[in-house]
Amino acid sequence: MSDAALSGASLASAPLANARVALVGNPNSGKTALFNALTGSRQKVANYAGVTVERKEGQVATPHGRSLSVIDLPGTYSLRARSPDEVVTRDAVLGRLAGETPPDVLVCVADATNLRLVLRLILELKAVGRPMVLALNMYDIAQRQGLRIDLDGLAREIGCPIVTTVATRKRGIEDLVAQVEALIEAGGLNGDNTWREPDAGQIRDAHREAQRILKAHVRAPERPDTFTGKVDGVLLHPVAGLAILLTLLFVMFQAVFTWSKAAGDLMTEGFTAVGVFVAAHLPPGMLTSFLTDGVISGVGSVIVFLPQILVLFFFIILLEDFGYMARAAFLMDRIMGGAGLHGRAFIPLLSSFACAIPGIMATRVIDNKRDRLTTIMVAPLMTCSARIPVYTLIISAFIPNRSVLGVLNLPGLVMFGLYAAGILSALGVSFITRRLFWRGAVEPFLMELPAYKLPDPVNVLRSLYIRGKIFITRAGTIIFPMMILVWFLSSFPGAPAGATDPAINYSFAGQIGHFLAPALAPIGFNWQMTVALIPGFAAREVAVAALGTVYAIGNADASPGALATTLQHHWSIATGLAFLAWYVFAPQCASTIGVVKRETNSWLWPAVMLVYMTGLAYLAALIVYQVAKASGLG
Amino acid sequence: MIADPTNAEAAQTADAAVRLSVARPGDKGVIVDVRAESHAGDHGVDVSELQRRLLEFGFVEGARIEVLHEGAIWRDPIAVRLDDMRIGLRRRDAEDVWVLLDAK
Repeated sequence: MSDAALSGASLASAPLANARVALVGNPNSGKTALFNALTGSRQKVANYAGVTVERKEGQVATPHGRSLSVIDLPGTYSLRARSPDEVVTRDAVLGRLAGETPPDVLVCVADATNLRLVLRLILELKAVGRPMVLALNMYDIAQRQGLRIDLDGLAREIGCPIVTTVATRKRGIEDLVAQVEALIEAGGLNGDNTWREPDAGQIRDAHREAQRILKAHVRAPERPDTFTGKVDGVLLHPVAGLAILLTLLFVMFQAVFTWSKAAGDLMTEGFTAVGVFVAAHLPPGMLTSFLTDGVISGVGSVIVFLPQILVLFFFIILLEDFGYMARAAFLMDRIMGGAGLHGRAFIPLLSSFACAIPGIMATRVIDNKRDRLTTIMVAPLMTCSARIPVYTLIISAFIPNRSVLGVLNLPGLVMFGLYAAGILSALGVSFITRRLFWRGAVEPFLMELPAYKLPDPVNVLRSLYIRGKIFITRAGTIIFPMMILVWFLSSFPGAPAGATDPAINYSFAGQIGHFLAPALAPIGFNWQMTVALIPGFAAREVAVAALGTVYAIGNADASPGALATTLQHHWSIATGLAFLAWYVFAPQCASTIGVVKRETNSWLWPAVMLVYMTGLAYLAALIVYQVAKASGLG
Repeated sequence: MIADPTNAEAAQTADAAVRLSVARPGDKGVIVDVRAESHAGDHGVDVSELQRRLLEFGFVEGARIEVLHEGAIWRDPIAVRLDDMRIGLRRRDAEDVWVLLDAK
């Protein structure tokens, strides 16, 4: 950016020294690949003001010394916007998007092998009256198929210059920049904006016009793509297709769960080691506590999610670029649809078994806002890996290790029941949400099944890098302060001189815990438990260490046996079971709340999540405790 | 809506045409009509909006269509080849697309 800005300075007096270019096109046209080829690593990803739609902007330095700022608008089939993403595209193109300077030049990106629908979009874009270039992308594939396009004739017909590009090989990029620059130098709008939302008749007319243009200037491919049809014969097969999808999902789940766990554990150990090192070299006191328990473990709790997010998004980006994502949604549509979820919700929900954070981030694959929100709201109900230490502790303390019906083992059965409770409640909540709040709001399911393409490694890595960066800079900046807050509540004020109880009892967390204790008494929680719930908000597994702290057992993580024995003495079985029920539902994870805030761009949804999950947790624990007590387990 | 003059021809062949929503894999033919009448208010969008979306995806009178695949549960959704594109859609959203099937 900086060198471009410097050379651009000499042109500062010329009109439009720094022009704005917007990329528009159908989904699957290789628009993002073209954006990457144009802007390289000089990209910024943010949100459009007030909406959760991702805004991607990059800089291009032109041979004439201009600095072009290029924005990659969400893909669309029409300017008649049907989703928040498409509203952004329409308003940006029309130059009426709040907080955005209207684009000086439009680049319409088209898949050269699939021109029919984009021609209709081009006709709409022409009506807007902005200078435009058509980039016929994936031109190499078109040539390989023997597709003959009369470029000059087509350019005359649609009245704008055409550049052929192969974004993944960076071919045609210089031509494209030169054409854009020529249009900037020619200057000004081509004409008035005459775009109006078309009615059915006008859409039909536009199709007829597109059909005519296509017939006149494009000759059908000599060697059409038969590969996609053959692959679909297997991947969309009602039985084989589902089996392959489930296998794929299983591999993904394993990868997120185990491969990244190794990396995550390594990082946790690393951060613990840094904490221990700092603690050893600084005098004990509030500053050291702030650095080790606040800052270092706060940064650690952000970084520790990174391997899972990268592994998950590696698969998602790969499948998306290959063209499989639309097929997965197709296969899962009816299965997920029964619970009122979109077919694409499957991957985010499955990922949430490892951790809700990457799961919630992965809901970006769902276009429809309501479908996406529902998925975000139920994702934390899936049993994430952070619940396992808590479940293991309580089960080992309160569930006798004996076999049931000869073959099943009772602790295993309870564990399975906890997983099942999570899944069923997620499906139930989304079903009820659909029925109660968004009735009849089932969007039509119409989706292009794009031709399969080999993913380009450079693009995959670039997208992966952007995902990781977004998580660190945007989710991280909210998770970290929350960690500091939890640390602050658990550490201040410190224990008075001569205190006998663990220090946490005197802190704000302790005071809040004591204050809440009467409210949680009906569900069988004692005050030690309510106190432990406060630091437990940092992450679910922290509850184990927090219980260790309130029961004054040093190093509870390392010796869970001692803690389990203590809990057996202090808790009834009913209390233990109620605690398990609580953990199935309770939103005991500040990072999840933080990510929901980031992904929905509002505090409303995290608040709704906090309330409904706490409500469910309280209700479940209440029922479990009262029933268990009535059965003589109190 | 249905009085659209472009559909006059289609009306004559409407007897022979079937709704896309009942077509099975292997069925192919030509789209003769795209209407706006089924399930008023039940698509989350009104029927004329659904019609426009279908039109925008290329479900227009005269387009060649072939049903390629169907889902495992209730044979839904269906995947069709529409001219040179592949599109997946639910049967309930396909009710207003009328197809004149080729003789087998």
